Amino acid sequence: MNPRGENFPLTHYSLVSAAQSCDPAVRAPAIERIAAAYWRPIYKYIRLRWNVDPEDAADFTQDFFTRLLEKEFLDSYDAAKGRLRTFLRTCADRLIMNRFRNANRLKRGAGSLVLSLDLEHAERELSMASKAGSPEDLFEREWIRSLLALGVERLRAHCEEHGKSLHFRLFERYDLNEEDSKPSYSDLAREHHVAQTDVTNYLSFARREFRRCVLEELRLMTSSEEEFRREARVLLGRETR
Amino acid sequence: MRALSDKIVAQLRVEMQAPDLSGTRYRAIRFLAHGGMGDVWLVEDATMQRNVALKVVQLEGATDKLGERLLREARILAQLEHPGIVPVHDAGTLADRRAYYCMKYIEGRTLAQHACGLSLHEKLRLLGRIAEAVEFAHSRGVIHRDLKPDNIMVGAFGEVLIMDWGVARAVAIHQSPDGGASARAGVAATPAVTAHGVVLGTPGYMSPEQARGEHSIDHRTDIFALGAILRFLVTGKSAEGPDEPSGAFPRPLRAVCLKATAFDPENRYPSVAEFASELELFLLGLPVRAHRETLLDRARRFSIKHRTALALIGVYLLMRLLFILFSPH
Repeated sequence: MNPRGENFPLTHYSLVSAAQSCDPAVRAPAIERIAAAYWRPIYKYIRLRWNVDPEDAADFTQDFFTRLLEKEFLDSYDAAKGRLRTFLRTCADRLIMNRFRNANRLKRGAGSLVLSLDLEHAERELSMASKAGSPEDLFEREWIRSLLALGVERLRAHCEEHGKSLHFRLFERYDLNEEDSKPSYSDLAREHHVAQTDVTNYLSFARREFRRCVLEELRLMTSSEEEFRREARVLLGRETR
Repeated sequence: MRALSDKIVAQLRVEMQAPDLSGTRYRAIRFLAHGGMGDVWLVEDATMQRNVALKVVQLEGATDKLGERLLREARILAQLEHPGIVPVHDAGTLADRRAYYCMKYIEGRTLAQHACGLSLHEKLRLLGRIAEAVEFAHSRGVIHRDLKPDNIMVGAFGEVLIMDWGVARAVAIHQSPDGGASARAGVAATPAVTAHGVVLGTPGYMSPEQARGEHSIDHRTDIFALGAILRFLVTGKSAEGPDEPSGAFPRPLRAVCLKATAFDPENRYPSVAEFASELELFLLGLPVRAHRETLLDRARRFSIKHRTALALIGVYLLMRLLFILFSPH
């Protein structure tokens, strides 16, 4: 909850307009934020939709966000006409088709954005993920996965910063638990030497903060209240694309 | 960054929407359904030691306006104590500032699911009970405005409960000459249109005046929906279509449906009670007021109503005939 007591964070929809700024000092950090949320969906989409091998997909992803930084794509983005997510996927399709047509591997020059792509991690996620549905469905699923993963990271940082590491550990043990049989709250209380009511309260705090973190990330990646609500409905599984 | 499997992603997406029940006497058990403006969760009431359904404003739409709408729905339900209307137990605002209310958890099926396999008479009896509950709401000055098979639950013991009063409105109450209060002459205090111009209701069950977003809709919008439900129960469709089999809809019942769903509210039944009495007349094998019978219709209805007696008379006459023909004298 934000200081005004509202459910949704009050972050301004400034990231996309910052990414369209003429000032490179404003544009670069905004593109980096967008890249952090979108490089995995783009990489995996290219891998599967266009059957590109990991090395070329990584090369493409790097090139794609460098072009974003150089204002090749985002200048033509109009938030009133569509979602950022759909726009980026369409740009990726267009860029890779051009690449196939020209068969070139033009390396970008000075001032390029250098992404730290954890390919091993992305490939591990790709191997665990469902391949069902269309490539667009896959992109949507990967976008959701990326957003939630950013939310988890943000929650971890927030908990560490505020001396609430135990809250995060409990969240990790319970809500990020892959096992079929989750530990009970009393198991967690014994494991961490706290009362069961503390486990309930700490988990409640962590979930509330996690929700805030994810919605803040989402709000950053959208340009209007309407787009935010539409994307939130997709994120929460109420509608698709 | 942590790798999230499909399973964890699915878990987190549900967790994101879960109501924050800290500080309440409720504990979430599982998600039940998405509604128009709220999600419904099955929760345990720790004080009363029972399961109840908790309706909470959807996370992405959690504004003060929606919260107020949800609480208004709870207050309307609290005024309507009737066996055919889901009872509300509690309402308020959660720690995440989302409005909620708790109601009875119905372990049953929607009317749409339950109606499959029922005989026509069983379906009409169910509709009669639904009409009773709607008539009761009208007598308390409330119109539902979103009646449809998915908003009607049939419980394990055959009890019928009308759900989802989110679009319902209290209307100006008309005092009839006999002193009874009713919603009949009143109009909705607010139109069934959101601030964004979205018409509230469900196509197929929504009256034309409601679909147009008119301000002056009254209880006859519910009569239209009851007529559409009648058509759904008999033919499986809420609106008349070119492929409707002619034999599927008995003519008197079709006439009742057409009168209830007349385009002009003035041509509909003036009250739900009159609509319900027509169903009762049909069930008793009597002529309905909406349908002028031909001699053939009357003979057919008579033969259906008295088919056992007619069969016995037929057998008797046949035996007499055989006796006369083959008698030795």
